[in-house]
Amino acid sequence: MSIELFPFYVAATVSLVSTLLAVSRYSPTHALIYFIISLLATAVVFFLLGAPFAAVLEIMVYAGAIVVLFLFVVMMLNLGSRGDELAHQWLKPKMWIMPSILCLILFFELVYVLSGTSTPITGTAVSPKEVGIQLFGPYVLAVEIASMLLLAALVGAYHLGRRYLSDTRGQS
Amino acid sequence: MDPIAVPIEQGLALASILFAIGLTGVMVRRNIIVILMSLEVMLNACALAFIVAGAKWGEADGQIMFMLILSVAAAEVAVGLGLLLQINRRVGSIDIDEISRLRG
Repeated sequence: MSIELFPFYVAATVSLVSTLLAVSRYSPTHALIYFIISLLATAVVFFLLGAPFAAVLEIMVYAGAIVVLFLFVVMMLNLGSRGDELAHQWLKPKMWIMPSILCLILFFELVYVLSGTSTPITGTAVSPKEVGIQLFGPYVLAVEIASMLLLAALVGAYHLGRRYLSDTRGQS
Repeated sequence: MDPIAVPIEQGLALASILFAIGLTGVMVRRNIIVILMSLEVMLNACALAFIVAGAKWGEADGQIMFMLILSVAAAEVAVGLGLLLQINRRVGSIDIDEISRLRG
């Protein structure tokens, strides 16, 4: 194990541990917290691999938008009387120890990498400018297809989320 | 800060282990929220494989495929969570064993 790969191994280990914890937690809210840490660790891996734009998108879209969508659904499911007891478990200080440790590892790793004390290493970074030129040059058709897909998902999610669908039970 | 020249085998190994964890979650868990989350883990592992391959050759194509996977994941989770809300309204549960009856 060479020293310049050390930050990659740390981020990869945090990512694996938090993903394992995410799929094995009983409560969905605990699983989501570990899922966020897994996404942050993956973003650090992207950054180390020389893809800073992908790392930023990972945090903004995955950890920022998709996980918030999950949390809204957990909130809308309205667990009723079980909610209070779940909130009681949720607020136990013990639950915060493991996520905090994983986050602190990632934080100190980022400080270590950005402070420049790590050994200089070779690799090619792909800047957001190159990505944008490629994206709106040869790949413009893929962008259009992605926009169609997102529009279809928007219409589908709007239709599925409407309340009156439950009134047609057994009639359709 | 210069990026790290990670060996492509190790990057792909990380991606495949993450994919395997996600697949295990999809097969083992019975809570629909956790199943959707495991699907996200699998898509994320695919995106990581693209980024590793793009970093190997220093091309932007890996990040472009990452963005396309990101939009697919966003679309999938929006429709999936909409279905989840309908299932919860009709069946009153988010356990997939409760909705295993396929009838017209």
